[in-house]
Amino acid sequence: MTDTFDVKRRGFFGAVAAGAAGAAASTIPGSPAKAQTVKPTVAAPTVQQAAAETQAPLAPKESELVGRTASDFMVDVLKSLPIDYVATMPGSTFRGLHESLVNYGGNKAPELLTCLHEEVAVGMCHGYAKIAHKPMASLIHGVVGMQHGSMAIYNCWADRVPALVMIGNTQALEERRPGAEWAHSAQDNAAMIRDFVKWDDMPVSLPHFAESTVRAYQQSVTPPFAPTAIVVNGDLAESSIGDVKIDIPALGHRYMPVGDPAALMEAAKMLAGAQAPVLVLDRCVRTQEGLANVVALAEALGAAVIDKGGRMNFPNRHPLNQSGRAKTVLAEADVVMGIETADLYGVIHSYQDRIHRVGRPLTKPGTKIISLTASELLIHANFQDFQRMQAADLSIIGDGESSLPLLLAAVRSVATTSSAMTDRVKKYADAAREDMDRQRQAATYAWDASPISVARICMEIYDKVQHEDWSLTAPSTFLSGWPTRLWNFTKAHQYSGESGGYGVGYASVASLGAALAHRDAGGGRIPVAVLGDGDLMCAPSILWTAAHHSIPILIVVHNNRAYHQELMHVQRMAARHGRGLENARVGTTITNPNIAFAKLADSMGVWSEGPIDDPNNLGPALARALAVVKSGKPALLDVISQPR
Amino acid sequence: MTHKIALLAAALMLPATLALADEPKGDAAHGKQLFLADGCYECHGYVGQGGPGLRLAPNPKPPVAIAAYIRNPVGEMPPYTSAVLSDQGIRDIYAYLSTIPAAPKLADIPLLKVGE
Repeated sequence: MTDTFDVKRRGFFGAVAAGAAGAAASTIPGSPAKAQTVKPTVAAPTVQQAAAETQAPLAPKESELVGRTASDFMVDVLKSLPIDYVATMPGSTFRGLHESLVNYGGNKAPELLTCLHEEVAVGMCHGYAKIAHKPMASLIHGVVGMQHGSMAIYNCWADRVPALVMIGNTQALEERRPGAEWAHSAQDNAAMIRDFVKWDDMPVSLPHFAESTVRAYQQSVTPPFAPTAIVVNGDLAESSIGDVKIDIPALGHRYMPVGDPAALMEAAKMLAGAQAPVLVLDRCVRTQEGLANVVALAEALGAAVIDKGGRMNFPNRHPLNQSGRAKTVLAEADVVMGIETADLYGVIHSYQDRIHRVGRPLTKPGTKIISLTASELLIHANFQDFQRMQAADLSIIGDGESSLPLLLAAVRSVATTSSAMTDRVKKYADAAREDMDRQRQAATYAWDASPISVARICMEIYDKVQHEDWSLTAPSTFLSGWPTRLWNFTKAHQYSGESGGYGVGYASVASLGAALAHRDAGGGRIPVAVLGDGDLMCAPSILWTAAHHSIPILIVVHNNRAYHQELMHVQRMAARHGRGLENARVGTTITNPNIAFAKLADSMGVWSEGPIDDPNNLGPALARALAVVKSGKPALLDVISQPR
Repeated sequence: MTHKIALLAAALMLPATLALADEPKGDAAHGKQLFLADGCYECHGYVGQGGPGLRLAPNPKPPVAIAAYIRNPVGEMPPYTSAVLSDQGIRDIYAYLSTIPAAPKLADIPLLKVGE
């Protein structure tokens, strides 16, 4: 297709540059040649410069180059898709598309979001999709920008979340400017990320771009969800489209792949006939409807539920939620069903980090295992995020949430309420109540300590937001799970879950994307991100983007001044090797100097306070921060915290 | 609960390598120093409140029980030999943990009146 566009875009620039250089030394215009001269301030022109000055231009004038630019058509393609945002850090490889988005496209639907690092641009897509239930796009620079964004792409992949990643490139060598543009071009730009995207393409014509971009979107939102990539050729984008009419494939309604009804009925019979059925949920629930279905399923079965927290899968205070007693209920189980469980093997096996690795099943012999997931449809070879294989007695291939209505109907058709089920449910309810009391008691320890306990931080936050429409956008894991232990999660959008790929920095970048989706959802939602200091320092520029785009979010820095997980790992090695423990802090702590997060936030236009190390000062500071967030702005508190 | 049982069992089976119960009391100040320098706080919190590791304070287990578990843990905790933490160090840490005041009563913390 490019052959039909006979206008070359860039030969002009070299001539202009040379001409400008050649004109640098001259007489003053209009002056007598010998009467007044000015001493040249630069060297005399080279032969090449002189030639450029005197010879005809190598290319047409710039104004002749563009009729209707191809990048405008690319914007038409993006506008044909339900994509509200394109997050970008600017790069010359996509300058044409950039300009078309903000001028031709009116910077609306999609709107360009300014990010200061490609990890932020892609990571925002990750967090956004979990809340908005649709992808947004990122537009990142060729080669170098892609490398910046690659970890966020990997997290997105490992978490099975949709995103459209667009990567700039200059494919035709004669179109590349000398120097940087060669370094930022590749013959196969997506090769480096191909192992962790679902599909990619590098369109070489506009019909190709239209079809592949729509296909990339479709692939991304088809379970198993995953990021897809489109390489945007800069030379194509900057070419003229003329009057050619190019069709854009329509994005029709798509139905989700559900499990085979007969297999779901078989699963229902196994579960309904069990003495102690257990449901293990991980990346199962996306919507409130899904949440209602999974609650109904558990209640119909009287099943214990283990929520692995990849999403907000199950109300944490529901009496059947036995996540805190996972080992106990697994030991009693005779049927275990994992629904979109990223690591079913890891759930039903113990593991100890010892020199001699020992793992054992947590279930008793003969326990039946059922798996329902679409993830088996998408496994790549290189990166090992697929975890160990768990043999299942019944494997059902289908999207978990989409299959729930069929599974629920099947269970309801075969399940009956028995005295055994009633007793089982009562036992679970009693255990859940006792567990809640233990958690509350556990939170009292170090309640008044400084640094401030993580339990205290979490409960001070909850005290301020519990009557709002709040959402926890960052993982609860590094908070010792205190939110999921003590807050009251009842809505699907109240928790964004885990990172998928465990790439540090996820919590910050994904929280910003989630906060954007919450803002757009309306109703004054309050996104809460408790971010580790190490995580935030991977992508501190989220603060600027939050301020620049007025994205309200309450950020509390869990500032334990260390990469604490790694500190514990090094200490473990020091103990194993029989050496002193003191040096474990070398390379793992973030002290000397301590990072002043409040100043950092302030420098980027974000309201902030801190460091706060007196627990009695935290509540009032949170109240002030919440007022800022409710006004539509981001706010940050730097809280000096206990390790976990 | 599993950890508590293991700790007790380990204490009962402890050979006579540690007669810590009969030894002089530890130095709480030095114990705090060790607790921080040796990284006990990483899993157990600065005041022993627990985290990834068990709660140690207030009311810590006797030194002999602590020593038994430290030397031969059965859970996720790595073993700490006398090469990295001496018996006297354990006594000192115990002395520090003994200084940790009782937590406030649950009923006196309004923020924890949740899920009742």
